[in-house]
Amino acid sequence: MACFLGCSRHEPPADLTIINFVEPESLDPAIITAQADMRIVSGLFEGLTRLEPVAARAVPGLAERWEISPDGKTYTFHLRTNLQWSTGGPITADDVVYSWLRELDPATASDYAGQLYYLKNGEDFNTGKITNASLVGVHALDKFTVRAELIHPTLFFLDICAMPLTCVVPRQTIEKYGDQWLNARPLPVSGAYELAAWRLNDKVRLKKNPRYWDAANTQSEIIDILPVGTPNTALSLYERGQVDIVWDKELIPTELTDVLLKRPDFHTFTYLGTYFFRFNVTRKPFDDPRVRRALALAVDKERIVKKITRSGELTTSHLVPPGTANYAAPDGLGYNPELARQLLAQAGFPGGKGFPRFEYLFNAGAGGANLNENIAIELQQMWRDELGIEMEIRQVETQVFWGMQQRLEYALSKSSWIGDYNDANTFLGMFLSGDGNNQTGWSNSRYDELVHDANETTDPAAREKMFQQAETILIRDELPVVPLYIYVGINYFNTNRISGIWQNMLDDHPLRCIRKIKPRP
Amino acid sequence: MYFLRRIAFAIPLLLVISALAFALVHLAPGGPFDRERKPASPEIERNLRAKYHLDEPVWKQYGRYLGDLLHGDFGASMKYRNHSVSDIIAQGLPVSVLLGGLAFCFATAVGLPLGFFTAARRGRWPDYAGSLLAVLAVCIPSFVLAPALILVFAIKLGWLPVGLWSSPWHMILPPIALGSFFIGQVARILREGMLGAAQSEFVMAARAKGLGETTLLFKHVFRIALLPVVSYTGPMLADLLTGSFIVESIFQIPGIGVFLVNSTLNLDYPMIVGLSLLYALLLIGLNLAVDFAYTWLDPRVKYE
Repeated sequence: MACFLGCSRHEPPADLTIINFVEPESLDPAIITAQADMRIVSGLFEGLTRLEPVAARAVPGLAERWEISPDGKTYTFHLRTNLQWSTGGPITADDVVYSWLRELDPATASDYAGQLYYLKNGEDFNTGKITNASLVGVHALDKFTVRAELIHPTLFFLDICAMPLTCVVPRQTIEKYGDQWLNARPLPVSGAYELAAWRLNDKVRLKKNPRYWDAANTQSEIIDILPVGTPNTALSLYERGQVDIVWDKELIPTELTDVLLKRPDFHTFTYLGTYFFRFNVTRKPFDDPRVRRALALAVDKERIVKKITRSGELTTSHLVPPGTANYAAPDGLGYNPELARQLLAQAGFPGGKGFPRFEYLFNAGAGGANLNENIAIELQQMWRDELGIEMEIRQVETQVFWGMQQRLEYALSKSSWIGDYNDANTFLGMFLSGDGNNQTGWSNSRYDELVHDANETTDPAAREKMFQQAETILIRDELPVVPLYIYVGINYFNTNRISGIWQNMLDDHPLRCIRKIKPRP
Repeated sequence: MYFLRRIAFAIPLLLVISALAFALVHLAPGGPFDRERKPASPEIERNLRAKYHLDEPVWKQYGRYLGDLLHGDFGASMKYRNHSVSDIIAQGLPVSVLLGGLAFCFATAVGLPLGFFTAARRGRWPDYAGSLLAVLAVCIPSFVLAPALILVFAIKLGWLPVGLWSSPWHMILPPIALGSFFIGQVARILREGMLGAAQSEFVMAARAKGLGETTLLFKHVFRIALLPVVSYTGPMLADLLTGSFIVESIFQIPGIGVFLVNSTLNLDYPMIVGLSLLYALLLIGLNLAVDFAYTWLDPRVKYE
């Protein structure tokens, strides 16, 4: 009985309850990789810039202004002079430098350290080629000034300065507690919210940080974030009024999608993510671009979004989603089975004769939906009907899947990519020769040259053009990958009761802006 | 003496279990740090593997694990990198124990009377009705029962919360969903046991001596028939107390059951081994308790 009472903890009710997808792997800005985790961490820690809630563009955060040198390679940030940790004490330029170097420190082993390779010597420091941190291109000029020196003019650098990986973290706490530093109480934070409680698979409770520089505009005092991975449970909790907001696209029961999306409290939007599949171009016959083009031309993408995904996804022939900042993607290959058969015949497989059996590799999707499997079956059927070739499908455990894809132990594999920041480079940079995320065995020197040149220029129009030429090689000529559709994001909440959430491409919704305008019924 | 021997034997048994679990998880394809986004450089991966000693030979890793275990340290989770395995167990186990304990109380509180009643009315309609109920309870899986309970009592009637675990109101539906299978099992085992016991010679002797039917049923038949129920209770409690992936997921309960399943999917090596040991320890302990209960319930049973 003691436990019975002990377990019903006496906590004040939250002003806002949000379902955010599964238990965060970590709340350490340098460790997290999942987008859902980033939504929580962005409430706790802030970088030099932060994202505004409407279109998720980078605006001044801990830095109130900055200057960019004419060659676009030197950024001088001026911090606000009233910055404080939630536990008191000033946040200074040294804290910024510490946080960035920690991200790059090999001992931190951060998966996302590559996003700071734009800094001079960032890569060499991260890979241990140099050990002198003062050679890395980030320095405190004085208490309130940080200078970042970049290798290339990096047009999206201000977006990177808003990503959790560059957020400012408390040095003393980290040095004292090591990997357990997030369990320190009180935990010094630089963002709009303090971490009041973090109970595994139960909740993360955030409490307004009164020392945050913009605390006057923080809309809710206490926010509970619940880790829920089961779509039916998320929907039931929402329908019963136990939560206010559900904001992950995995949390809508697929069998109810049609009905639910007609309701006014279900909001869909085009998302900065693409579903595609990869060819392993080191395997015959997929080393022949004609074969890859033939398979792409025989895919009726409409059928996939109408029959399987059913949330209003846009089919796509290009990799970079529409709406990406400063970029309009070129058209790739459409649906043309006749041309597909001709190409396959030219490659030596008329009517699919002599085409070896091959395998399509995929993993089980999140939320229990068989999306990947259903798409695999659909592709199997299309290629059998249109091209007369036989494909086997093979599902493996997710963890096994990533390893096999990285080691090129596949012929075709299901893939997807969510952009890290709103720029074409987050998609196109992936297919540079030897990039860790390329995972197709494909390389093309002309493509590499175009992407590199695009990242050297400060002229946005010239940059767009070079990126378009590069993407044309990728999705019209060579096709190591075949894009299928652009993801749709889904949030559900009642707009008459909740304010401060806008649907944007990054599916980013700063917690500080959200407020309940009317209580739950 | 017998019990001391059993306890002493448990230690090498746990060692063997930990070694097997350790070897098997390392044999499984894939690794805990295989993920969609490849780190920017192979060095990052190397650093990560070195940090968790995955670059060492498995026997050396196991030695290190045992050394830590002797100090009561189950290691750090490789999936939830800000938490140690002990921390995760400390947070989740009490919740699962409470849920499992409530489910156990519910299962026995309903199952025992049901079994008793059906045996006492053997061959008449209450027996058939009760036995049908018991079969239904066994047949309907929790992933069907739980959503049905939510639909009726939480959504349609609005009496109880849909999920979460914060007040006594939240602790009604989940134990029912979890315990109903065991109601059926307990009732059926008790019924069979009582029918068997009713045929035994000592009951006939007691009846011949003129003992009343009610006294006979309660004092003699029931007590003997409880034995198979008790031996079933050991593994059943171990199952209940370590949580249920399905019930905990559906009701969004922060127990250990979800970790038990997810740790294997995530290949979170220290979690899998730690939770296997926990489960083994519970099973050994509860079986021991069952044996102990036997000596108390049945004077004929003696362990040398």
